[in-house]
Amino acid sequence: MEDLLNAFFLMSNFVFVPAIAYGSQLALGAVGVTLVYGILRFSNFAHGDTMAFGTMFVILFTWLFQSYGINLGPLPTALLALPFGIIITIVFLLGSDKLVYKFYRAKKAVPVTYLIASVGIMFVLNGIVRFIIGPNDQRFADGERFIIKAKTMKQFLGTAEGVSIKVSQGLTVVTAIIVVMVLFWFLNKTRTGKSMRAFSDNEDLALLSGINPDKVVAVTWILVAILATIAGTLYGLDKSFKPFTYFMLLLPIFASAIVGGLGNPLGAIAGGFVIAFSEIMITYPYKKFVAYIVPGDWKPEGLVQLLATDYKFAVSFIILVLVLLFRPTGIFAGKSV
Amino acid sequence: MLLNRNFIYFTIMALLLIGVGQFQSWNVSLSILNLCLISAIMALGVNIQWGYAGLFNVGIMGFAALGGLAAVLVAMPPVEGAWATGGWGAIGGLILAVISISLAVITYKRMKAGRYRTISIITICIIGFFVTRMVFGPATQAIEAINPAKSGYLGGLGLPIVVSWPVGGLFAGIAAWVIGKITLGLRSDYLAIATLGISEIIIAVLKHEDWMTRGVKNVIGMPRPVPYEVNLQTTEWFINLSNSLGAEPIGFSSIFVKICYASLFMLMLLIVLWLSETALKSPWGRMMRAIRDNEVSANAMGKNVTKRHLQVFVLGSVVVGLAGAMLTTLDGQLTPTSYQPLRFTFLIWIMVIVGGSGNNWGAILGGFVIWFFWIEAEPLGILLMNVITSGMSEDSGLRLHLINSAAHMRLMTMGLILLLVLRFSPKGLLPEKS
Amino acid sequence: MSYLVGENMTGGYGGADILHGCSIAAEKGEIAVIVGPNGAGKSTAMKAIFGMLDIHTGSILLDGEDITELSPQARVAKGMAFVPQTANVFPTMSVEENLEMGAFLRRDDISKTMDEVFELFPILKDKRLQNAGELSGGQRQQVAVGRALMTQPKVLMLDEPTAGVSPIVMDELFDNIIKVARTGITILMVEQNARQALNIADKGYVMVQGRNKFTDTGEVLLNNPEVRKSFLGG
Repeated sequence: MEDLLNAFFLMSNFVFVPAIAYGSQLALGAVGVTLVYGILRFSNFAHGDTMAFGTMFVILFTWLFQSYGINLGPLPTALLALPFGIIITIVFLLGSDKLVYKFYRAKKAVPVTYLIASVGIMFVLNGIVRFIIGPNDQRFADGERFIIKAKTMKQFLGTAEGVSIKVSQGLTVVTAIIVVMVLFWFLNKTRTGKSMRAFSDNEDLALLSGINPDKVVAVTWILVAILATIAGTLYGLDKSFKPFTYFMLLLPIFASAIVGGLGNPLGAIAGGFVIAFSEIMITYPYKKFVAYIVPGDWKPEGLVQLLATDYKFAVSFIILVLVLLFRPTGIFAGKSV
Repeated sequence: MLLNRNFIYFTIMALLLIGVGQFQSWNVSLSILNLCLISAIMALGVNIQWGYAGLFNVGIMGFAALGGLAAVLVAMPPVEGAWATGGWGAIGGLILAVISISLAVITYKRMKAGRYRTISIITICIIGFFVTRMVFGPATQAIEAINPAKSGYLGGLGLPIVVSWPVGGLFAGIAAWVIGKITLGLRSDYLAIATLGISEIIIAVLKHEDWMTRGVKNVIGMPRPVPYEVNLQTTEWFINLSNSLGAEPIGFSSIFVKICYASLFMLMLLIVLWLSETALKSPWGRMMRAIRDNEVSANAMGKNVTKRHLQVFVLGSVVVGLAGAMLTTLDGQLTPTSYQPLRFTFLIWIMVIVGGSGNNWGAILGGFVIWFFWIEAEPLGILLMNVITSGMSEDSGLRLHLINSAAHMRLMTMGLILLLVLRFSPKGLLPEKS
Repeated sequence: MSYLVGENMTGGYGGADILHGCSIAAEKGEIAVIVGPNGAGKSTAMKAIFGMLDIHTGSILLDGEDITELSPQARVAKGMAFVPQTANVFPTMSVEENLEMGAFLRRDDISKTMDEVFELFPILKDKRLQNAGELSGGQRQQVAVGRALMTQPKVLMLDEPTAGVSPIVMDELFDNIIKVARTGITILMVEQNARQALNIADKGYVMVQGRNKFTDTGEVLLNNPEVRKSFLGG
């Protein structure tokens, strides 16, 4: 019995808790991608770098606040810096829309043109981020590190394993829930939100109904900036900030959005968790876990790992390929293939 | 008119390279030229996909890396004992993996949809996975255990490295076929995302399958298709040649080697260009462009668009794989960590767009121009930063930061160039002949 | 002068002209129907009246006002509503939200109009929380018409409203269209089911190759032997 409990704690500590946090981060990223897809109808290759851009400003403001001695006690100062990062990202995205995408909208360009333009934006963002903060790892988490420490739990329960929950993980989940709730309230209950859904559903009919496309697009970019900056900051607090890592997040984020059905925000959230859980469960070494649940002398010798951690991107990719093969519109129906 | 434009642009390009030769050094100029040539071939490959068919491939890096892998597998000498210890196990493991996937595919096609089919496929996949691992794991570990500091991998076939070029193309072609089969026919974004994914995975394989590529320990000292400098310096005809040119043999030897590479690459470029131009002008090429310009009506005319797209996607990737093998040949080593998407995928895209999508000459010009500025932007950027910061004190933190970060400016510059060309001159420097 | 007039319209979608001096007009509260063979330019004529393509001669008048240069959106504000043939609802939005979107430009209380729509199409009231994409073809057409009515239009234009719906649903739809017309709304409709459409039409236009071939009341056209022979299958 105690072994089973230990096994459960072990799994919670190394699989469930991290996957929930990572899944929330992916979900927020994927909702951003899916919104752009639904409204502007292209896959935004600059999304990973948008996250990096927003997070970088959050870090810079965090440092500024820290130098003034401003902090939030147990919570990371980054929370205080978040609004500033979001505002700068909003300004950048609205500016890039005005200077780049608007022109192609007026011309009714084919989707792939937007895609290439987003690659251009990606380069620019990449350059700005590396120019300002450099290509290296930055840590900016402060405040308390843990909500629950594994050690405390072990002492309390007298078990061999315990569950630790980092502040960043708890914060990620709580923030994600709040953000998603506000987002869905906005999309389902407000006039502007409904007009965005209408625009995403049927652009021509939305225009016939008098919905202003410029406003819909602007609101979309604002939402994308908010989501991307929050997702990027949470990821950075949980792990660390490195511009290239954010670029690499593009693949799991796209995979999440496609699994959930491009253009479908609810699907994107589900997709984020599907990808996060698969990635972590497939690359987790189950050696210790198996040792707890099998009789003593059956202990495995190897790591009992399905796939080396190095191949975590392969997991997103394989799921992506399976979805494309069998359900190209995603698990939850999204836009047409 | 167009020929004139071709001529003017390429003359300017030649003058720029000569300028670098004169004012910086001929070694630098020739290094740039060699990579310009390889970039041009890669851009040609991408242009076949994009210009002929409108396919957006974001996995160029992966296809180029497969070319690099081919260079290792073909040209490196076999490692003593590696094949005996684990070679067959490793190959057997791969074959088992292919068999399980094929079985799953056959089951999917033969059985009727339903719960039994799903269960069968999942069972095949799970059993296949573990059986493959049982054979594959110990074999690769055994290979990696052989003198890990120096080899620890299978090595190659010990063939001339030039042979690896077509093999690189073949590898890339196979990968492209698989990806194309899955994503072509769906919307264009899916091809882009899937190619982005496969290229990351190919790089992950190169980094972590030590038995095959030594992973991050790199494969160095690959055989060359051209003579070694040290050998040249002691060869009589070469000393005579440099004397007659009034050059000093040691310096000239490295220039000579680079010229040899350049000639080989030039030859390859011309072959690929000739083939592409012939293909473009053939009925096949006309049909491809017709499909690109109006997919709907081509579909209506009974052309199998997806099949044609698959052809063109594989062909373009073959060219990229070829160029990837050439690149590794030039480097003389395979360093998996050097494959960065911005440099290997997106930069090539900028070449194609800037050069002129749909026009082979444009792709070549784009390869030259963008590579040239990619390299020269760095000294220029540092120079610029030095000028901008000249008013600041020597040890000013901002000044040091700006100078150190100057290298990143070129990313931004490339992005701006792409956006500007796309907006104001979407047909590129050398527009497609209509 | 009629309430809605499209006079001597010539134009097309960029390439060759599809309309050649075609004229359409409808009085207030009248049902006008455009029929004709495939490719005659019926839908094009209607889209021209709604401003969805450029005409280079002729003019469009609404209640005596020249609206030739206005965008479709501006025409919506002037009191015209258009129901496209396909993709005429927001599939992932509920019926109620579809209607709300129809009234997007209105800032006043729309609940009364919505009740009127529900009165006209009672089935929609039951399904008001269901997504429009999940409804049957006939119900979806009702949503589409309902959405258009939410702007309280003076002119309602329907592009083949009965395409792809069963005969029973078609009769029901036509009944509803008559009801709408009785409230004083001018209706302009393009129809494939010429016989049934002319039956309810106050005015009928038979178009051939972008030109008016016959224009008369629906009843007269139905009895015209030439029309019967060529367009109504005897």
